[in-house]
Amino acid sequence: MNTKTNKIPDSKGHFGTYGGRFVPETLMPALIELEKAYRKYSRDKDFLAELGSLQKNYIGRPTPLYFARKLTELIGGAKIYLKREDLCHTGAHKINNALGQALLAKRMGKKRIIAETGAGQHGVATATGAAHAGLECEIYMGSEDMRRQSLNVYKMRLLGAKVTEVNVGSKTLKDAINEALRDWTTNVLNTHYVLGTVFGPHPFPVMVRDFQSIIGKEARQQIVKAEGKLPDCLIACVGGGSNSIGLFYAFLKDNIKMIGVEAGGHGIESGEHAARFAGGSLGVFQGCKSYLLQNDDGNVLGTHSVSAGLDYASVGPEHCYLRDLNKIEYTNITDDEALKAFELLGNAEGIIPALESAHAIAHTIKIAPAMPKHSVIIINLSGRGDKDVQEVAKIKGITL
Amino acid sequence: MNRIEQVFRKLKKNSKKAFIPYIMAGDPAPDVTKKLVSDLEASGADIIELGVPFSDPLADGPTIQRAHERALHNGVTLRKVLALVRDIRQTSQTPLILMTYYNPVFKFGIEAFVKEAVHSGVDGVIIPDLIPDEAEEFIAFARQYKLDTIFLLAPTSTEDRIRKVINASTGFIYYVSITGITGSKLLMDETMKNTLTSIKQLTRKPVAVGFGISNPEDASAVASVADGVIVGSVIVKLISEGKDIAELTRSLRRAI
Ligand SMILES: Cc1ncc(COP(=O)(O)O)c(C=O)c1O
Repeated sequence: MNTKTNKIPDSKGHFGTYGGRFVPETLMPALIELEKAYRKYSRDKDFLAELGSLQKNYIGRPTPLYFARKLTELIGGAKIYLKREDLCHTGAHKINNALGQALLAKRMGKKRIIAETGAGQHGVATATGAAHAGLECEIYMGSEDMRRQSLNVYKMRLLGAKVTEVNVGSKTLKDAINEALRDWTTNVLNTHYVLGTVFGPHPFPVMVRDFQSIIGKEARQQIVKAEGKLPDCLIACVGGGSNSIGLFYAFLKDNIKMIGVEAGGHGIESGEHAARFAGGSLGVFQGCKSYLLQNDDGNVLGTHSVSAGLDYASVGPEHCYLRDLNKIEYTNITDDEALKAFELLGNAEGIIPALESAHAIAHTIKIAPAMPKHSVIIINLSGRGDKDVQEVAKIKGITL
Repeated sequence: MNRIEQVFRKLKKNSKKAFIPYIMAGDPAPDVTKKLVSDLEASGADIIELGVPFSDPLADGPTIQRAHERALHNGVTLRKVLALVRDIRQTSQTPLILMTYYNPVFKFGIEAFVKEAVHSGVDGVIIPDLIPDEAEEFIAFARQYKLDTIFLLAPTSTEDRIRKVINASTGFIYYVSITGITGSKLLMDETMKNTLTSIKQLTRKPVAVGFGISNPEDASAVASVADGVIVGSVIVKLISEGKDIAELTRSLRRAI
């Protein structure tokens, strides 16, 4: 197959064999409408000016690229930089996408936006986008996640969103996505579904990637300014895959080592993890073809991760494609390793990372010492850890 | 001529419409499904839809979601549903359609599934999360082994989509009555009549309507504009409550 001359993704959202659109027919016109609207507004001067101004004045972009001197000294080896997405308004990279889609929904004349959320970060970001754009907002969240992330539930309500508990299946992120898709199927005429990661039916994987790719565009300029050269290695955690592809995308042609870190949970052997590449196989789930944690009968398996944002059974289709091309490597980090990195960064740098991002830090700790001192790693610090403090305390047996 | 086509021809000759009930295979228990199928036949079902349980049934409302959960809990898999169909085929000639999500089929292997389904006596397959655009391979094998591929249309479908779905469908076309999921409330409005009319202008293939039909009045209204009436959630609900379905299914048959 000559992938060079073929457009990636193709007009139906296929990244090689991955991606596509596996949805009820009812949603097809909405996806086509969204694709057209996105194509139009992603080139529209007014839209881009509005988005650019809000990225600067509302989200707080560009986010800093911070040289973590103490962490570097502590680990030894490569110089470690942190791309500070944790400093975005609402505390994670999720707002880059949520705000973009909220503005787009408004231009499309939609009155209402809905979203799924696991950790609550995307829910808070979408509720924020809705408040800003003046749209009605409903967030679907598994009851198990609502319990774990009660602070974010209250935040979403403060922002004026309705938070609807999803009490079926595993009561976590995948069930929230099912419910959001059901809502969208029902209310498709006036509602836009703000999917939170580079997943689902075309055009979501492309659109979300584009909204997140500002991370890498900034980081590229910032590192060249700071170091006079491109980095040697990029590391990011991979839930659905939006913060990672957001960082990697601007460097894809540069032949740089890129590593995506999945949730290893209690270890791959335990079966309790969310490492789709290490433990999954090709499947079709929630709108696209990708790697999936499933049993032999094609039913989707339960997943586990200490971090709600990585606790998902599948992964963005473009990641599968880039993995096949050997552009990105994937590895995984266990709960325990992530928890250690969570504490280490707080101690070393005074930055409490999201548990998701702690996976990327944990992997850096493993590989940086073997790298030369002049080499440079950029970690995407996708979010801040405030949301996880309570859960971490609980795991450590500390009552607050 | 296959069984589904035969049924629609015969009905048309007698100016009748098809009654197509849906039940979940293996709900409430795997050994009850055969009996339920024969009960449905006895009350005049023309075609029977058997649901295949899946962990993430995103096109289904709460009633059928729970049926998926119960059947999965009972250990029902696509493979077991095919075995069940083989067993039913010993005594029944009623057309059987599987309604399954795509991933179990994909994991089974598309060709293996189509072959095995035909071999077991399945007449057609409905896959709510598979649109014709993604179904090239499935359609090719289905044609080769002679399995009907029933695709769905919705009130939101544009003419372009309607043409695509008509082309890809054999047996009949499944018109989803509402923008929504199974078990929603039926809305007999102009959109439905208009869309059905425009579908009918483009094809002579039968069109059956489903989603939201919950009583004889709905069924009768739908039968006046379609070639078949598909009823799922209310039947599944009665089954889940351990109640007899005969009274309901007979009254539905009469209304259609
Ligand atoms: C802080 C943070 N990082 C990472 C993720 C994982 O998502 P993605 O892989 O799409 O970046 C999440 C998801 O909730 C998150 O909140």
